[in-house]
Order: sequence, then structure tokens, then C-alpha cells
Amino acid sequence: MSTNYEDRPRGGGYDSDDDGDRRPMGGRGGGRRMHRRRVCRFCIDKVDLIDFKDVRLLQNYLPERGKILPRRISGNCATHQRMLAEAIKRARNIALLPYTTD
Amino acid sequence: MQTKRQYEVVFIVDPTADEEVSRLTEGFSQIVTDQGGVVTKAEPMGKRQLAYEIDHHKDGTFVLLEIEGSGHEIAELERRMRVNDRILRYLTVRVDEDRRRAEKLKDRRARKAAKRPEHRGHGSQDRGPARRGSSMEFAEPSGE
Repeated sequence: MSTNYEDRPRGGGYDSDDDGDRRPMGGRGGGRRMHRRRVCRFCIDKVDLIDFKDVRLLQNYLPERGKILPRRISGNCATHQRMLAEAIKRARNIALLPYTTD
Repeated sequence: MQTKRQYEVVFIVDPTADEEVSRLTEGFSQIVTDQGGVVTKAEPMGKRQLAYEIDHHKDGTFVLLEIEGSGHEIAELERRMRVNDRILRYLTVRVDEDRRRAEKLKDRRARKAAKRPEHRGHGSQDRGPARRGSSMEFAEPSGE
């Protein structure tokens, strides 16, 4: 009986533990890849316009493969991610940046 | 067209025809002015490596033109560039709308920045007396 009693609370505890674990897990995952930046760099720098000729800047958002770095990793806000993506695509068009790199 | 449109045109010249760059730039500027546009800036960006090969060229000379006009000169300019073998690639971007938008955002931010300290000052002033007042009210009955 006493073991049963102990089991039940454990079961309940498991659920709550699970919920508790999820967040730390997510945090760990983010921490493993990169230091998590939840703020938009462009917002901090108060950038209103992203120039497609600014290769140095744009290159920060193109990992080795040449794909545009997603928002969930860079932490950019939607507005600036849109501007950035547009600028990268323009730069690709005139061969300032690669479409792919193998 | 009451409002003039602003464009940025970047084109890549065949690096083997390097001597022609200035001549080409002048020629294109002439086309624009003939069509009634204004070239506000003609800036050679220099020779640089291409991110990928274009017609077996690994590098090219980049030139930037800033043009103001109605848009018809762009059509003519692009037609000429398309035909010209020396031009590996070109890109035209209309920038006036984006620039105006950027200006607007800047203005809004400036206004916000001007407002914010005032708000904070008022807020603290408002809160301070209110809190004191309320605490006084509470304190008075309890004291009496």
C-alpha cells in the first residue's frame, strides 16, 4: 500500500517534471548551437535600411552552405529579417553573394 | 509623374575590357540624360571576385549608378545593357520608396525619443503624489 501511494505521487510528479523539463531542454538546445540572442541586432543599431551592396554585413547571415540564416537562430525581428532576406537575394542576383556553396 | 523615382543600377563589366569601363559608364549616363533622367551618382565599385561564375568569368568590374527619373530611362538603359556583351549582369533597384520609409521610421523614432523622457517625468510625478496621497489617506484613518 505504501509503495502504491508513493507510486501515484511519482506519476503525478513525472508529468509536472516533464513540463518543467521541456523549457530547460529548449534552452539547452539553443545554448548548444549558439549563445541565444533574443534581440534583433538591427533594432538595437536602429537600422532602417539594409543595403544589398553591404556584403560584409550580409555575409554574417549566410552560413557555410550559403542559405539565409533563419530568424529563430539570428533572433532578428520579422521586419528586419524581411529586409535582410531581400538584400541577400539582390546581392545574389549580381554575384556579390553565392546562391550555393559546395 | 510628379514625383521623381530614384534607382540604383549596378552593372558588372567584363574585366578583360577594363579600359572600357569609364567609356561605358559615360555612355550609359548619356543615355539616361537623353531620356530625361538625371544621374546623381556614378561610382565605380572596383574589380572584385564574383560569388559564382557568369559566362565563365570569375571576376568583374562593378559600377554603381544612381538615377533619378520617371522610369522610362531605366527601360532604355536596361535594353542597352542587355545587348552589350561587355555587361555580364545588371541589377536595378528602385530605392525612393524604401528610403522614404526609412526616413519615416527615423522621424517616428526621433519623435518617440523626444516624447519618452517627458512621459517618464510625468509618470513619476503623477505616481509619486498619488501614492503618497493614497498612503496618507490610509494612514490618516488608522492614525485617528
